[in-house]
Amino acid sequence: MKATLQKKESQPVPAERTRSDAQYVAPDVNIYETKDGYMLEAEMPGVNKEGLEITLEGHEITITGRRGDEVVSGQSLFRERPAADYRRVFELDPAIDTARISARMNQGVLFLTLPKSEQVKPRKITVGD
Amino acid sequence: MNIIKWQRPRLANVPSIGRLSDLRDEIDRLFESPLTELTRTSQLLSGWNPALDVYEERDHFTVKAELPGMKKEDIEVSFHDGSLSISGERKTETKHEDAEVCRSERFFGRFQRTVSLPAAVAADQVKAAYKDGVLTITLPKTEEAKPKHIDVTVN
Repeated sequence: MKATLQKKESQPVPAERTRSDAQYVAPDVNIYETKDGYMLEAEMPGVNKEGLEITLEGHEITITGRRGDEVVSGQSLFRERPAADYRRVFELDPAIDTARISARMNQGVLFLTLPKSEQVKPRKITVGD
Repeated sequence: MNIIKWQRPRLANVPSIGRLSDLRDEIDRLFESPLTELTRTSQLLSGWNPALDVYEERDHFTVKAELPGMKKEDIEVSFHDGSLSISGERKTETKHEDAEVCRSERFFGRFQRTVSLPAAVAADQVKAAYKDGVLTITLPKTEEAKPKHIDVTVN
């Protein structure tokens, strides 16, 4: 059975929590799986290392990206970029070794590496005589 | 300029039996996300369309484009005849040959966006900077285009 990183399923939540979640936008992600672990790439333009917050709670990882202050003077003629900060929650495959998760940020893209625990990796078992 | 944008449909990822939850995720996103999420361009048809903001000040325009994960040599900015054109190509950073793709929402490849500016711009003084995945272009107006204060005289 293979579990995959998936977006947190919505559960009934108290009204306040949904209202505060409404100010966030979910970043686009790419998730790849190899035999050694997972790789997650999240697009959060306008966010740098200082604005990034990654929290791990049990088997859930929450990625929050706060945009650096971008005070642009002048009147806006045309706006497409979302004004909200980024947030997305993922449920982790239990095979991931949470102590070895590493992250780096480059030009607004977060690269998260989530290695699998050693004992879970497929390995050959030699047959004795 | 297109003002209305739509939620990008993920028809490119054919859902397998175990991934029908993707459809539910999509519907959840539709209802719990702010309205800005609903206004993203229909990228299935037109390819990658990075989001743009255009601002006007007294003496210059500012254009901000969201281009995360690019190298500055892959971004081309040109200004001609009142139109600013931003184009380029985003290439995948890391190779994932032996990897299985679990989720693919990011776009790669070529893009192009053009913006017409409503006043004359001094083309030789246009500056562009790329930081944290946001391209900021500053376009100073020509002297004639700047608003002039006109004194009212009473005879």
